Amino acid sequence: MKITVQAWRQNHRNAEGRFESYSVDNVSEDMSFFEMLDMLNNQLILEGKDPISFDHDCREGICGTCGVMINGRAHGPLSGTTSCQLHMRSFKDGDVLIVEPWRAAAFPVIRDLVVDRKGFDRIMEAGGYVSVSTGGVPDANTLPVSKKNADLSFDAAACIGCGACVAACKNSSAMLFVGAKVSQYALLPQGQVERASRAKNMVKQMDTEGFGNCTNTSACEVECPKEISIVNIARLNREFVRASF
Amino acid sequence: MKLVNPSNKRKYDIIVVGTGLAGGSAAATLAELGYNVKAFSYHESPRRAHSIAAQGGINAAKNYPNDGDSVYRLFYDTIKGGDYRAREANVYRLAEVSSNIIDQCVAQGVPFAREYGGLLDNRSFGGAQVSRTFYARGQTGQQLLLGVYSALVRQMNAGKVAFYPRHDMLDIVKVEGRARGIVTRNLETGEICSHSADAVILATGGYGNVFFLSTNAMASNVTASWRAHKQGAYFANPCFTQIHPTCIPVSSEHQSKLTLMSESLRNDGRVWVPKKAGDYRNPNDIPEEDRDYYLERLYPSFGNLVPRDVASRRAKEMCDKGHGVGATKLSVYLDFEDVISRKGKEWVSEKYGNLFDMYRQITGENPYETPMKIYPAVHYTMGGLWVDYNLMSSVPGLHVLGEANFSDHGANRLGASALMQGLADGYFIIPYTIGDYLAREKMCTVKTSDDHFLRAEKVVKENLEKMLSIKGSKTVDDIHKELGKIMWEHVGMARNKVGLKKALELIPKLKEDFWKSVHVPGDMNEYNPELEKASRLADFLELGELMARDALHREESCGGHFREEYQTEENEAKRNDESFSYAAAWEHKGSDSVPKLHKEELDFEEVDLTTRSYK
Ligand SMILES: Cc1cc2nc3c(=O)[nH]c(=O)nc-3n(C[C@H](O)[C@H](O)[C@H](O)COP(=O)(O)OP(=O)(O)OC[C@H]3O[C@@H](n4cnc5c(N)ncnc54)[C@H](O)[C@@H]3O)c2cc1C
Ligand code: SF4
Ligand code: FES
Repeated sequence: MKITVQAWRQNHRNAEGRFESYSVDNVSEDMSFFEMLDMLNNQLILEGKDPISFDHDCREGICGTCGVMINGRAHGPLSGTTSCQLHMRSFKDGDVLIVEPWRAAAFPVIRDLVVDRKGFDRIMEAGGYVSVSTGGVPDANTLPVSKKNADLSFDAAACIGCGACVAACKNSSAMLFVGAKVSQYALLPQGQVERASRAKNMVKQMDTEGFGNCTNTSACEVECPKEISIVNIARLNREFVRASF
Repeated sequence: MKLVNPSNKRKYDIIVVGTGLAGGSAAATLAELGYNVKAFSYHESPRRAHSIAAQGGINAAKNYPNDGDSVYRLFYDTIKGGDYRAREANVYRLAEVSSNIIDQCVAQGVPFAREYGGLLDNRSFGGAQVSRTFYARGQTGQQLLLGVYSALVRQMNAGKVAFYPRHDMLDIVKVEGRARGIVTRNLETGEICSHSADAVILATGGYGNVFFLSTNAMASNVTASWRAHKQGAYFANPCFTQIHPTCIPVSSEHQSKLTLMSESLRNDGRVWVPKKAGDYRNPNDIPEEDRDYYLERLYPSFGNLVPRDVASRRAKEMCDKGHGVGATKLSVYLDFEDVISRKGKEWVSEKYGNLFDMYRQITGENPYETPMKIYPAVHYTMGGLWVDYNLMSSVPGLHVLGEANFSDHGANRLGASALMQGLADGYFIIPYTIGDYLAREKMCTVKTSDDHFLRAEKVVKENLEKMLSIKGSKTVDDIHKELGKIMWEHVGMARNKVGLKKALELIPKLKEDFWKSVHVPGDMNEYNPELEKASRLADFLELGELMARDALHREESCGGHFREEYQTEENEAKRNDESFSYAAAWEHKGSDSVPKLHKEELDFEEVDLTTRSYK
């Protein structure tokens, strides 16, 4: 099939951006969306033009490196799917794909479709851990965890830190990301000691980074490739309130 | 072993390159001990690394299921699984610390799978008859790496780790013969810069991407190891490559990588092909009696859970004999019908749901209804920089951890053992052994404004400028794909003298072609992914040649290294312990010279060398 890609081009952080249009022939259904971009880039390089920069690594939906807006949807049209896992069989001949980077003040563009998500790391630094050092910990089975809580904790821990929730949210809120981490620990016995300080410090850092607040539109949950539930935001709110009194 | 006094540790700077499981755990633990750590990764964050993609699990000799596991058994299985080409002492230590790793991860809040009683669950993996694999659904690597990341951000917050994201290490710097620093390129700005320290640790992962197509992450590469090799670090057993039996088959020329379907699936999935060659019926229309469950037939005691090298070769053989299925006829079935009818779809989805979803996303087929099609793919590299028992390379002060070293897996790695090794190296081994090095050596002070550093920076810059100046007619990927084809055909799953000699002719020619016709767009002082790729490919081209040379010299078959000339009547690998019971450590002798082979003889005191049998 033939696909038209309208991609955001921006040379560096402070450069003006613009859309450019490219047409890609001979796209096969079995190709992933990124393999289609690879093909386009190969073509651009041989024409002496600049290829389109995009972030990716595992191409299996687990590392969280990739992430683009496709026709206004974070990670494209499929639910529960990262950009790298999207295959061209989701599109049809003649489709026009508008491809943009995540748009959020807290995620400045580095080049083209690549953004800077260091804000997420700084939120994690503020409290996304249990303060144990290596060595001297008890035997793993001295600490039973109910299967129910272990499973809920896992569901939250499945977040890949891609930032789609922020990009999808009209307020650029990072509450789903933060809620997932706070929940993972709040549901486990290991997380209890620092439960209050963790919630407070992570929320504080989230505000400092310029992420917006949650107004319950659920766009994040819809676009999250790991289907992290918005229940985690409710839990974050509870944890935060609990920590503040 | 010598120790560094607690209050003296803060006087030492340590550089850690790579923040996957091995490097991240090392960086965090060294910082907890008081060292000043500078950690580097070409990724944007230590939460990203190839380690995150590990699916199946991590081994530990906990013996929680009470099925007879022990430190000795894990040690024995690992030595045997590696086809007796690993160093006994290292493997024994690995088995000893394995249990501590699980304790550590649980204390950090890693959500391992649990039973209804609240205790940890285990499953089995290939090459073992006990259940010793801990797992977190199909995302064990992710959860372990996020655990490492949490320990690391805690130290970043405490100011003990300075993390340099999007920094590509392009050389090591030696002063008075010792590793004292590195040269990096900031991938966002293009700035070339050096960093100094008292010791350098490389934990930069494996080099499977020399084959272009592999299950490794796109950016995984050999550059850090290769540049260290050129500075004097021996490269050991480079030809020992693991081909994983259960991957989604190649679908077209545009394929950019291959996706693994975890080995854990072989716990419940059954591998088969049609009995009759050329039987192209829909798999669901092929009745039981026309199916050949060849692994169960050939290996009644291990069945579908034979080690990876064995399972891969049998799959290739079946396809070579015309029993292959799917559009390319280069795949076999992995069937879950049996377990779905025994335990129900829900049970299967609880255990393997994410893998099934991944399969469906990639192939468009539903594995709950029709069997998966799988084929072997390059997955892991047992070879790597040579290290001593303390994980130090042949360059004093340069230590190597994780998949980047050669230490523990011999000629074949067992499933769920790489995560174990990475974390053992980082959490429990290097924190002790590096103290021994630091306490023994009297170090001069170095500054990055010294000549050594300035010269190294200049070499790095010139190399990149040269690549950029060619502006030829082929893209980096074009050439990388060509290299991949040569490697797969001649240095792949089955090797022979003629093919390896051919590879030794073709690879240098391709290297020449690279330096004549590659087209790298853009320039050095900007974010330029093509330049990153080109610089990595240049090293892969040199490594490929060494792999072929190593495979040619090893005139035996062992584990993942299968030389067609050396096989038993049953087509199993035939070792030659008399002549090849050693680790082959290659020393670089300059770009135009033949590398020099050093042999580290392997002494087996605890286990008897036998022919592996999984019947
Ligand atoms: C799909 C898949 C599934 C797997 N499943 C399992 C499993 O179930 N169980 C198991 O035990 N093993 C598994 N493995 C193997 C295991 O995941 C890896 O061997 C292991 O994670 C490697 O860890 P590492 O820390 O050595 O390297 P990596 O995780 O590869 O980390 C390398 C680090 O080095 C950095 N780096 C590299 N070069 C440079 C440079 N030049 N400059 C700066 N930084 C650099 C990278 O940025 C990264 O941070 C699997 C592998 C794959 C491919
Ligand atoms: S919550 Fe979902 S969308 Fe947000 S970072 Fe995590 S995985 Fe991505
Ligand atoms: S590239 Fe890793 S999640 Fe998409």
